[in-house]
Amino acid sequence: MNSKLLLLADEAVAQAALDAGISGVYAYPGTPSTEITEYIQSSDKAQRENIHRNWSANEKTAMEAAMGMAFAGKRALVCMKHVGVNVAADPLMNSSISGVVGGLVFVAADDPSMHSSQNEQDSRFYGRFAMIPVLEPSSQQEAYDMTYYGFELSEKLGFPVMLRITTRLAHSRSGVVRREERAQNKLRFSDDPRQFVLLPVNARQRYKKLLAAQQDMQALSEALSFNAFSPGKDLSKGVVACGIAYNYLMENFPEGCPFPVLKVGQYPLPKTAIAHLLENCGEVVVLEEGSPLVEEMIAGLLNQGSKVTGRLSGLLPRDGELNPDIVAAAFGLKTTKLFEKPEVVMPRPPALCQGCGHRDMYDALNAAIAEYGERVKVFGDIGCYTLGYLPPFKALHACLDMGASITMAKGAADAGLEYAVAVIGDSTFTHSGMTSLLDAVYENSPITVIISDNEVAAMTGGQDSPGTGRLEAICAGLGVEPEHIRSLVPLKKNHDEMVQVIKEEMNYRGVSVIIPRRACIHALNRKKNSKQ
Amino acid sequence: MKIDIILAGVGGQGILSIAAVIGEAALSQGLFMKQSEVHGMSQRGGDVQSNLRISDRVIYSDLIPAGKADLVLALEPMEALRYLPYLSAEGWLVSNSVPYVNIPNYPEEDKLKESIARFQRKVILDVDSIAREAGSVRAANMVLLGAACPFLRLDYSGLQQAVRRIFERKGEAVVELNLNALSMGKALAEQEFKP
Repeated sequence: MNSKLLLLADEAVAQAALDAGISGVYAYPGTPSTEITEYIQSSDKAQRENIHRNWSANEKTAMEAAMGMAFAGKRALVCMKHVGVNVAADPLMNSSISGVVGGLVFVAADDPSMHSSQNEQDSRFYGRFAMIPVLEPSSQQEAYDMTYYGFELSEKLGFPVMLRITTRLAHSRSGVVRREERAQNKLRFSDDPRQFVLLPVNARQRYKKLLAAQQDMQALSEALSFNAFSPGKDLSKGVVACGIAYNYLMENFPEGCPFPVLKVGQYPLPKTAIAHLLENCGEVVVLEEGSPLVEEMIAGLLNQGSKVTGRLSGLLPRDGELNPDIVAAAFGLKTTKLFEKPEVVMPRPPALCQGCGHRDMYDALNAAIAEYGERVKVFGDIGCYTLGYLPPFKALHACLDMGASITMAKGAADAGLEYAVAVIGDSTFTHSGMTSLLDAVYENSPITVIISDNEVAAMTGGQDSPGTGRLEAICAGLGVEPEHIRSLVPLKKNHDEMVQVIKEEMNYRGVSVIIPRRACIHALNRKKNSKQ
Repeated sequence: MKIDIILAGVGGQGILSIAAVIGEAALSQGLFMKQSEVHGMSQRGGDVQSNLRISDRVIYSDLIPAGKADLVLALEPMEALRYLPYLSAEGWLVSNSVPYVNIPNYPEEDKLKESIARFQRKVILDVDSIAREAGSVRAANMVLLGAACPFLRLDYSGLQQAVRRIFERKGEAVVELNLNALSMGKALAEQEFKP
């Protein structure tokens, strides 16, 4: 038990949840959160104890299933990337009204600098919005400890707890020491039959409970459980360092920070320690990954007196992730860069793999639409195939969010665009494209939907997709005319056939779905290797 | 004792296996370590790097500050140059010499060579050929790790054990191939370069 495990922070979260006695993990894959669920899926304990670990269709279904488990008195972990929180926002916001019986830890994995995302929204806002405690680790060990504690906290308070991590921590490994394993909860239901029935009459009562619980949450933060205050001799500055930003501060002061530091790992913010810094320090520097949430809360709208500095004041960049060099500059420390990057070094952007079926799909699509010029627009979606925007394909004109390809194509067709084409992957389609397609079927919108099916969620590493093998049936069930559901095999030898089919369906003035289907080459190789 | 290493390459080349071996070895010697990696979109043939930090003291940042790395270890020469700004004055560059060309504007060979030649403290090896000699080009990453041994200040036997642990589920033949690749890389680096 005392030997260290070498774990990614994602894996530390997963190990802590297993040790804390979860009965299930619910998630949809998304960078940088995917490895949490994968770790549980490959754990012997999860198999032995039959802990739920299959992927959900999307983040909303994941959170709702987790709430079902928490309703039944058992502990559930639910994980997603930051933009997935938008999808799960409905159950999340209402979960703090109903509360929980079994502990529920909601992991939001943010991606500042957009390494693999379309925005860098800060999930701490959601925690504050839902009025639940937010835990923000600075190390792999804290990721473990906070997840473990998160379940206790959730059961003690009777509300879900959010754990917020960011890419840099999620995908960094370090030694982690485990704690004692707890048994799973037994099936148990709320003593209050009104608790989970959020009719207005009940919800008003539950909301008062949530408001009343704010005091308890505040008291826990004030007790500095995961918030630590360290005094400093130099009072010209005080520092509020949230989550992983604390590491970048200490990296620059290896012999100890001369300024008083409040390390924030648990929200709501501890008021006493912040008041102490404001009263005693010339300036309060706020270091936080993501948006200037804490800085704005402390400074207030007008920041009168200008004592509070950070991303909002311009001391640190407003966007992108922090690093030791950015934090060094904020404290006027010199960095020691000796060599420049030589001019011969070119950017090397990611690209679709050689041999990938999406390539053949884009080649056919580009050939099919060439003659229509500006009369055609192609609406992309979220996945490997978003790389079809880049050369040599340059095939996409939009990419907004999961499922938006179909609904944006419909809206543009409503606006009068003659040829509206949507390109969406199989997993993204079942995540959020099915209701979009129903809207299009309802109005018989003249759109052409290409579901580029590689039979996995490929971008995140080849996870199972709940819709595999069911796409034609789903489309037919939603009401697409069977003769306008066209399945193809995206290979060079089928190029002419594919071009022909795409042209035919573009010229059909109703909803058509074209399904080029060929397994992801990476997923196929992995399958072969694991069989050997 | 502190070693800060930047591992660099192209998605799919296997830099994470190098990181895993060094990390295992460091942890088994009771040292602190942090290793940040790149997952997700960039793995699709893009440039990838991993920051690996080993120390006998607590390590704070998962990222190595500019100008502080002791070693840039690269499976691709242009990717090696990308991280020069991270090298310290005493830092070494250990890199494969074989370009991985998957972009249209990849630099011309002589310009790339010229840029590398300008940098003094370096070990440049054709690790692909050495790996082929060892048994398979797929062990190129272990040849490179072997070539980095003189700069790593870790027990060689610890590295061998880590190779064994990491590859053992793939069978004894794969373990032997990788151990062989490791020792060939080490021998070449020791023969030609004295740090």
